[in-house]
Amino acid sequence: MTSTTIETDAEPAPLEPARTGPHAPRGLVHDAWVLARRGLIHMKREPEQLSDATIQPIMFVVLFAYVFGGAIQVPGYEGVPTARVYREFLMGGIIAQTLVFTAFGAAMSLANDQKNQAIDRFRSLPIARGAVLGGYAVANILKTMLPIALMSITGYLIGWRIRSGLADALLAYGLMIAFAFAMIWVGMLLGAVVGSPEGVTGLAFATIFPLTFLASTFVPTAQMPGVVRTIAEWNPVTTLSDSLRELFGNPNTPVQPGDPWSIAHPVAYTCIWIVVIVAVCAPLAIRAYNRKNVA
Amino acid sequence: MTLTDPTATTAAPAHPTPRTDHQPSATAAPAGAPAIEARGLVRRFGDNVAVDHLDLTVPRGGVYGVLGPNGAGKTTTIRMLATLAIPDAGEARLLGLDVVRDADAVRARVSLTGQFASLDEDLTGDENLVLIGLLLGLGRRAARARSVELIAAFGLAEATDRQVKHYSGGMRRRLDIAASLVVTPDVLFLDEPTTGLDPRSRNQVWDIVRALVAGGTTVLLTTQYLDEADQLADRIAVIDHGRVIAEGTPAELKASVGGGTLHVRVVDPDQRFAAVRVLAESLGVDVEVGADPTAVTARIDDAERVGHALIALGAAGIAVGDLELGRPSLDEVFLALTDRSATPTEPGRPTHPVDLTGSATTDPIDHTDPTDHTDPTDRTDPMIREEAPK
Repeated sequence: MTSTTIETDAEPAPLEPARTGPHAPRGLVHDAWVLARRGLIHMKREPEQLSDATIQPIMFVVLFAYVFGGAIQVPGYEGVPTARVYREFLMGGIIAQTLVFTAFGAAMSLANDQKNQAIDRFRSLPIARGAVLGGYAVANILKTMLPIALMSITGYLIGWRIRSGLADALLAYGLMIAFAFAMIWVGMLLGAVVGSPEGVTGLAFATIFPLTFLASTFVPTAQMPGVVRTIAEWNPVTTLSDSLRELFGNPNTPVQPGDPWSIAHPVAYTCIWIVVIVAVCAPLAIRAYNRKNVA
Repeated sequence: MTLTDPTATTAAPAHPTPRTDHQPSATAAPAGAPAIEARGLVRRFGDNVAVDHLDLTVPRGGVYGVLGPNGAGKTTTIRMLATLAIPDAGEARLLGLDVVRDADAVRARVSLTGQFASLDEDLTGDENLVLIGLLLGLGRRAARARSVELIAAFGLAEATDRQVKHYSGGMRRRLDIAASLVVTPDVLFLDEPTTGLDPRSRNQVWDIVRALVAGGTTVLLTTQYLDEADQLADRIAVIDHGRVIAEGTPAELKASVGGGTLHVRVVDPDQRFAAVRVLAESLGVDVEVGADPTAVTARIDDAERVGHALIALGAAGIAVGDLELGRPSLDEVFLALTDRSATPTEPGRPTHPVDLTGSATTDPIDHTDPTDHTDPTDRTDPMIREEAPK
């Protein structure tokens, strides 16, 4: 074999056989990290696809702060200038909404990958089960840091402040990342089941988008009518928004004695959702993905 | 040499790494097992049976060709063998390892280059190869070194830092094959590796295949191109409707359709039917006419009779303008076999693969009575196509 050369366009070189036979598997963490780096290269190559993580969140903060700002009264803050209260109230909600939207990005990257054939290559490699999806999860978590940072900066510029201590603030950022992680798995389940980018777009708009509005994202739940209010009160997007407001020491609707448990304990309730979502969606997504690609 | 040694792929170019150096894995491949052994493989898509009780035995070493028309079940078979699809029934072993139960052990020894390049389009050629190297457990330095090596060997040096989406079809295919060789596999599946390539790229792929086989890899290649199978394959299985309808060396396959073909062109088109009559008499076989008004074609079992036939033509006063005695091409074999298996009501259709190594009892053409065909247009071309004898 050493003397065998391959004729090619460019200067041919002898092709040595590489090591053959069984190799050392490196495990899920290594494989997922290698694949996550691939996801990061994608983001670097296609910066315009990052608009959902960059321009969009900034735009939303500015639009909602200045368009709705004067119109929405946060209960319990009568007497303080409405616009100033609302801008601080808004931040928890708009960050929550952006984190929910990370599901969409994860679903799209999975759907796009299935459209081209790169998946077949990974499937035929002896890599850890779940490494491909794990790689997407890691890449998307890193991607999520971007809008979180940009929104924090934009918020600061329009007058939002962290009015709590360091521990609470860190807990808030930790909760954001944990929630994003859960939403990424929702997205991957969606991407694995639906499979096509068009289908993902359609389904995401029909489900994820309304979910972020049926919540205290932009409007306090206290002002919502009957059934809508009940849905919103149990919606984890509400409790995430409220958790962030609480942890940052921002204006939030004061808890009333008759409020449900979810509103009274938003951080705990949100954490339960995060655990349940990951526990349900991650195995289902990996299963759906593997099944779909062993077709 | 440990498996994580970063110098493993580049060290000692004069001494290819012996296979025995490697630590046996938990699921060691049984020695002496054939490269591929499939028994009764079935794969359905809804009501459509893509692979229908397929049996296949591929010895170690060399190139094994799987030939068949579109939709014959080639890709589905290859995907099952490469652990990308699970058989609905039957079983398959690669190097003695079960493709379902020992899927990971199979994946460690097998590479697949599919019909469509399974590359990351947004990554460069180099990034694709390094990524695969890392996933295969190479260290970063070893993965980089192997990528450089492969890119040089496949003539992609000038495109190494270009995104794959800007590659030409031939470059893409070469990179895709290179991606299958980051760690040299024991068995390499190539699914229609040259479909859509220009002749030059096609030759490059063929050279790559030959070099791999020289290095000890077993290559299973599917193709629709008969000359490709003829050029490369040591043995060939012809697949149609999800079954193996014939199996053997290219020579055996050709022999199975008779001794060859006699093409005669008469000078005067009016004498053509006279020529048909004379040839049919003296050769004792069916003689066919082609689209060319002067062409007559006869399949011959016994080349010795050809001389007598030509004398008979002369005696009948028929002037022969052109004469050609061809060994049957694989095209003819292929068309004869797939044509027959495509007409299920036809008597004599084999339900088992034709035994090509056995006696002459299975000459498929003998069973094919032209009058059985309801569609006359279907009849003329397979045997009398304009052809370049191989």
